[in-house]
Amino acid sequence: MFELLTAKFEDLFYKIRNKGKLSPNDLDSALREIKLALLEADVNFKVVKEFIENVKAKATGEKILESLTPYQHVVKIVNEEIIRVLGSSSGGINFASRDPTIIMTVGLHGSGKTSSVIKLANFLKTKYQKKVSVVAADVYRPAAVLQLEDMAKNIDVDVYSENNSDPVSISVRGVELFKKSGSDVIIIDTAGRLHIDENMMDEIANIRNKTTPHQIYLVLDAMTGQEAVNIASSFNLRVECDGIILTKLDSDTRGGAALSVYYVVKKPVKFVSNGEKIEDFDIFYPDRIASRILGKGDILTLIEKAEEVVSEKEAKRIEEKIYRNELNFEDFVAQIRSLKKMGSIDKIFSMMPIVNKSKIFKKVNLDDSHLSHIEAIINSMTVDERRKPHIINGSRKKRIAKGSGNSVSEVNKLLEQFSKTKQMLKQFSGLKGKFKLPPGNF
Amino acid sequence: MQKLIKNLSYIWNKFKNDRESFWDELEEQMVTSDISINTASRILEEVKDYVYRENINNLEKVKSSLKQQIIEILKCNGDSKLNISSRPPTVFLIIGVNGVGKTTSIAKLANMFKKNGKKVLISAADTYRSAAVEQLQYYAEILGIDMVHHQKFSDPGAVVYDSVEKAKARGTDLVIIDTAGRMQTSYNLMEELKKIKKVICRRIDREVDEILLVVDSTTGQNARNQAELFNNSLNLTGIILTKTDSTSKGGIVITIKNDLNIPIKLITNGEKLEDICYFDPVRFTELIFS
Repeated sequence: MFELLTAKFEDLFYKIRNKGKLSPNDLDSALREIKLALLEADVNFKVVKEFIENVKAKATGEKILESLTPYQHVVKIVNEEIIRVLGSSSGGINFASRDPTIIMTVGLHGSGKTSSVIKLANFLKTKYQKKVSVVAADVYRPAAVLQLEDMAKNIDVDVYSENNSDPVSISVRGVELFKKSGSDVIIIDTAGRLHIDENMMDEIANIRNKTTPHQIYLVLDAMTGQEAVNIASSFNLRVECDGIILTKLDSDTRGGAALSVYYVVKKPVKFVSNGEKIEDFDIFYPDRIASRILGKGDILTLIEKAEEVVSEKEAKRIEEKIYRNELNFEDFVAQIRSLKKMGSIDKIFSMMPIVNKSKIFKKVNLDDSHLSHIEAIINSMTVDERRKPHIINGSRKKRIAKGSGNSVSEVNKLLEQFSKTKQMLKQFSGLKGKFKLPPGNF
Repeated sequence: MQKLIKNLSYIWNKFKNDRESFWDELEEQMVTSDISINTASRILEEVKDYVYRENINNLEKVKSSLKQQIIEILKCNGDSKLNISSRPPTVFLIIGVNGVGKTTSIAKLANMFKKNGKKVLISAADTYRSAAVEQLQYYAEILGIDMVHHQKFSDPGAVVYDSVEKAKARGTDLVIIDTAGRMQTSYNLMEELKKIKKVICRRIDREVDEILLVVDSTTGQNARNQAELFNNSLNLTGIILTKTDSTSKGGIVITIKNDLNIPIKLITNGEKLEDICYFDPVRFTELIFS
């Protein structure tokens, strides 16, 4: 996400960084680039104008032209401005002081409400151990209720639905029922609607009046264009939203809508949804996104993800093995598996702090199937071969290649990579950090 | 986009007093309708050129020049109508990112062709999303047309294979294939689409008659990336622009047509099954200017 905007800034700062001092012309051309980048990123043009004004005012005020490190200075100012525009506090949920917390989601057609409801339910269930129930108030789209029920089954969450009834009554009865049955959180999934459709907007206003939700979230497609601000304003005007769930961030959208909405409507992004899987859902952190836009990577999220899949003990064990140069293919395959658990390779890669990522991106094939190939090769080895890779000779290589459906040269490549990785990891083993990525593999 | 012209009258006094800022604001207004900066400045260059060459100082003439430039971009060299094969079944493959309105558009398309007396079959190759098949089934029943589906998570290629074979056996005129929504950046899912395309081509012994990308008119600049990446993988034959009854009018299709030369073939503009029509560059541009 935000990749192209990041790429723009990377290129821009790369140019500035190589100069000792910044001329007034440099600053102007930098600001022009930033303006174009933001507009191309779908940031609302009013927001862009103010953004550029602010950066310019600050850059002038802080006497950036006289600074010997203008690059760091511009980065700092742009970084601060982006965080300010995105809202300075991180997202997440405010629970009601007394259970149950009632949540209502609203949004346009196809913004991803139903998927977000399920992901949010799963998030609250697993992260906060809440008992979550869902009310199906979309009676318009064919099979919408079925979709919700089907997805809810997977995460073991109750759904309330009715045939031949209106959304307001369904919501009221659903909330009543789940209040009695002791739910901690009740989420109402409403139908998609146009923000200019008066009748439909009345409907959610009615649901809100009758069920008094503690939190109302607008579900917003991260790919939305300049209209994002009007959409958010209209919904906010009718039902007073508490925040935004930003969806489809796994696309290559530059996500400018997120920047605009907070700025104009003053409603923070609370959660982001960024993938097809139910777990692809997280709290929104403006500072992380800002550093991502600036090409500094999202290392905090990466570490958190790593911690989720690799235990402290396991990490220590691996570290010791690396230190004693005893790393073998069994460890290697375990590492690949935990890497896979963290998400797709391109997603992990996008979180790493690499300069000029966009250029590397173009050259590298970030294809998960590559990992599966490696896994297949290792799986075709005998236990002995995995533990003592040095015993793998020509005929063993042939057998492994055949067994895994690869060529001998691919097996050779893996063996070579493995011994290089081993050497490199030994050098790095003094450094802190629990998660060692096998370098050069993707 | 309607705002574009209202604002044009509003900023007109600047045309005389401060020409540069008039052009700047005009460019800004175009960007507000989701036309990309590059396309906006290209259009503006032409208009400026005309204004200076002909020494124009009349708002209506500036307007009509602007209109003409946009129509020129949107105009199709060849036929913008849908390609119907002389060897039925004709096959349409409908693709796009999540939530743009693929399934609804398919129901509308099927309805349109059924009304013209064609025998239509819809193919439920979205085997991934919960209840996608049931949603399509609902429409198939309402329209009284054939539908082919398999179990959830089954191979979409196999669904497509079956659909085309059934269509051949039953003398169906048109097969419309619904696919799962996918991000253009997902390598594996794009490969899956290529495979589906291959299956169809083998079955009908020619290129797929239409490969239509569904684009949501509320989408901003990313719609261009969508068109580019889907086109790279599959060679699109056209675009269906959806949700034009919203306040966004889909200015990004002007950029898509300008940069990638992919024609816009259909637009949908409401919740009813009849709310679909062929794309008309003049009418579309008039709408912007109304």
